[in-house]
Amino acid sequence: MVNPPAFLPWSILFLPLAAFLIITFLTRKSKPLSAAVAIGALALSLCSTAALLIHILRCHEPANAAFTFTVPWVDLPGLFLEFGLLVNPLAILMSLVVTGVGLMIFIYSVGYMSHEPGFARYFAFLSLFAFSMLGIVLANNFVTLFIFWELVGASSYLLIGYWYDRPRAADAGKKAFLVNRIADFGFLLGILMLWSVSGVHGEPRTLNFLMLDSVSAHIRDQFSGAGLFSPLSLIALLLFCGVVGKSAQFPLHVWLPDAMEGPTPVSALIHAATMVAAGVYLLCRIFFLLEVFNIPQVLGLIAWIGGFTALFAASMALVENDIKRVLAYSTLSQLGYMVMALGMGGYAAGMFHLTTHAFFKAMLFMGAGCVIHSLHTNDIWQMGGLRWTMPVTTTLFAIGSLALCGIFPFAGFWSKDEILALAFDSHRILWFIGTLTACLTAFYMGRVFCVAFLGEPRSREHHSHEAPAIMLWPLIPLAILSIIGGFIGIPSLLDNPTGAHVEFNLTVALISNLAAVGGLLLAWAIYVKGFQPVQWLQNLLAPATRLLIRKYFVDEVYGWINRNVQQRTAVVLNLFERYVIIGLWANGIAKTTGLTGSALRRMQTGKVQNYALALLIGLSLLIYASWRWVP
Amino acid sequence: MILHSYLALSGILFTIGLVGVVTRRNIIMILLSLEILLSAANLAFVAFSQALGDLSGQIMVFFVMIVAAAEVTVGLAIAVVLVRQHGKSNADDLRDLRW
Amino acid sequence: MLKLPFLDRPMSHPFFFYMLSTLMIASALGVILNRNPVYAVLMLVSTLFALSGLFVLLGAYFVAAIQVIIYAGAILVLFLFVVMLLDMEPETLLKIKGSTLRVTGLIFGLFFLWQFLRAARAMTPFSTAGNMRVAGTTAAIGKQLFTTYALPFEVASGLLLVGIIGAVVLAKKKIP
Repeated sequence: MVNPPAFLPWSILFLPLAAFLIITFLTRKSKPLSAAVAIGALALSLCSTAALLIHILRCHEPANAAFTFTVPWVDLPGLFLEFGLLVNPLAILMSLVVTGVGLMIFIYSVGYMSHEPGFARYFAFLSLFAFSMLGIVLANNFVTLFIFWELVGASSYLLIGYWYDRPRAADAGKKAFLVNRIADFGFLLGILMLWSVSGVHGEPRTLNFLMLDSVSAHIRDQFSGAGLFSPLSLIALLLFCGVVGKSAQFPLHVWLPDAMEGPTPVSALIHAATMVAAGVYLLCRIFFLLEVFNIPQVLGLIAWIGGFTALFAASMALVENDIKRVLAYSTLSQLGYMVMALGMGGYAAGMFHLTTHAFFKAMLFMGAGCVIHSLHTNDIWQMGGLRWTMPVTTTLFAIGSLALCGIFPFAGFWSKDEILALAFDSHRILWFIGTLTACLTAFYMGRVFCVAFLGEPRSREHHSHEAPAIMLWPLIPLAILSIIGGFIGIPSLLDNPTGAHVEFNLTVALISNLAAVGGLLLAWAIYVKGFQPVQWLQNLLAPATRLLIRKYFVDEVYGWINRNVQQRTAVVLNLFERYVIIGLWANGIAKTTGLTGSALRRMQTGKVQNYALALLIGLSLLIYASWRWVP
Repeated sequence: MILHSYLALSGILFTIGLVGVVTRRNIIMILLSLEILLSAANLAFVAFSQALGDLSGQIMVFFVMIVAAAEVTVGLAIAVVLVRQHGKSNADDLRDLRW
Repeated sequence: MLKLPFLDRPMSHPFFFYMLSTLMIASALGVILNRNPVYAVLMLVSTLFALSGLFVLLGAYFVAAIQVIIYAGAILVLFLFVVMLLDMEPETLLKIKGSTLRVTGLIFGLFFLWQFLRAARAMTPFSTAGNMRVAGTTAAIGKQLFTTYALPFEVASGLLLVGIIGAVVLAKKKIP
């Protein structure tokens, strides 16, 4: 197969960076110019991605296409680091998602953020984020990936804390960054461990994905033992740590709901469609390692964490009143689905769900943004009756909700069904958890829709009006994709012969649809028709509701750990530093030198005869030594 | 062996000179003991010169004597100045260069 | 050249060797033990005379001569002049203060002597019980001085010049 022209992948990556630099240094004063630069750069990146897609589709075997473009960075014997891009169908798909959905969100932001003073700063940071995210997508080795991984974390921090004068936003940014830091520590350890075992048969050690692919079987053969703490399992677990942080799986999920303090388009782009999906994307990128390494326990653990997160997050969404936070928990839940799919070996299923999720979740967030923009409140109990005042937004939100619930024939049904079918065949319990979560998903989305969009306006002060056109037009392509996304053949693009192949299972499809419809009906009954469950049922559920509202007290646990473990350790270490390291070592050495000097200076008596005596002593000892020790 | 007795003699003379340098209190006497040291070295040189059949040892003695002369001149001049300034010639009292 | 038969074999007359060495050591001990500075200088003169005799025994005639003329004759006379100029008193025997220094010096001096003698004994034995190998006559020394060692010879004269100038500058009294 023939290589595509080199400027295409490099332009995908560096055009947003150029936009960031131009906006920061040149066009900061001008709002329209900044927006134009950012949107233009991302549109050009999208065009490059499309060109690469066409190139790949025209290849002989599209699914196996892989093109590498690298720049050597460090070239020493024993250490070779490069800065490079790997273009294969997986990367192109993800890149299309990032640039396509991103472009829609950029255009939407022009309307949403039009009254903000920091407009140019916003677009600069968005472009920086696009650059970082595309770096993760296209990277061809772990080092480049990790650099961009951290950059994405930094961009997220900058964007969450966009309104930096609000303490809650600043705290949320810090929380996101710190939680990710913990995860990235494990990730880095995993990378280093992988590096150390990658030198087999005299080959140099490498972190390049393609080269690791070729030696992965040799690596596996080096290590016997497949328990949870064997070297290969540890490597996989540590690499998964990064996923837990970035994709907000339990127990590092706490940063995502608080990250809703940022502007809504940011939430749409970063915390729904792209950045949080980076963890899932990483798992796909290194899937060859996971399947070759013979680590069934780790894969099972990954699947269970995914499934647990899905149910856990969906349960917390049931009692949320902030529309953005409901969507955040929903994102957590769907990410759990994706991770669960990867853990069961469903490489194509996981990516499929990532893609469709990006479409409808971004649209849902932007729809919520339209509502927030016009009503200036996030609380669903202040909304109501938006169906009459904002019909377009209502329709789009409805489409997104149906896709999210997995109702046939929307896109979400196809991807979610593939995951559930995979679970049905291999892990029946996880299938049950997945179906239960689908039911809960339908219930809380129905709750939000009914309370916010149906019924009568609940509050006198907030008057709603339809969003401006510039905020509605970007949602149209996403809505179309949410409807037809199941039919455009995404799994076949990724056809991985060794990944789990899923046949369409009618039973699973019927059960999941029934569960979703049931959830929606229940929500409609409670929140529109005012159906009140029997009193004893309400009393029974009250403590559970409290638990959910307090988010299972996870934040309190973290706070306790921080106060009692981390702070106390810090005090001990402070004392250690002050008295041992500084007192004993640094000052000690200085004092010892001073004392030695004071002692030795008494040799300078000023009397010549003392010096002569010293000469005599030295001379006699020298002669003695020459007599004694020279053979 | 014969050379050894000359060397032993030189060693004894050298030791006497050293003890004199360390022990005497008067600076002029210290300089005097220094002369004994030099003489001991001269003796060793000449002894070796005879033993090895090389005249260089005696040439060396010649030059040692010249240097001793110059050194004594300057040393005594310094001693005179010191005694003039401090009024006493005790080596123990000349310790301005202490710590 | 004067040829004295008994001088052809330097060590075949141990009598002279032992006499001269005893004289020399006794005089040296006298130098360092004498309290009176004038007596000490005179003892040093005696030492140098004995040393000169030993030089003659070793066939270094020229060196023996200049030892007496220059060393004993000029340098020690200078010493005497300075002693008389400074008008020093005899030293007191032993004071409490500073005696540690002296005792240590004595001990280490003896230690040094012991080590020196052992080291000297370990040397490869030279047998010098034979004819005199080289005669240090004036002619021979002169030949060496003006050919091989001509440069040090000239430099030595410069050294003496420096010494003279230094001594004069140092010891001059300031004229008010």
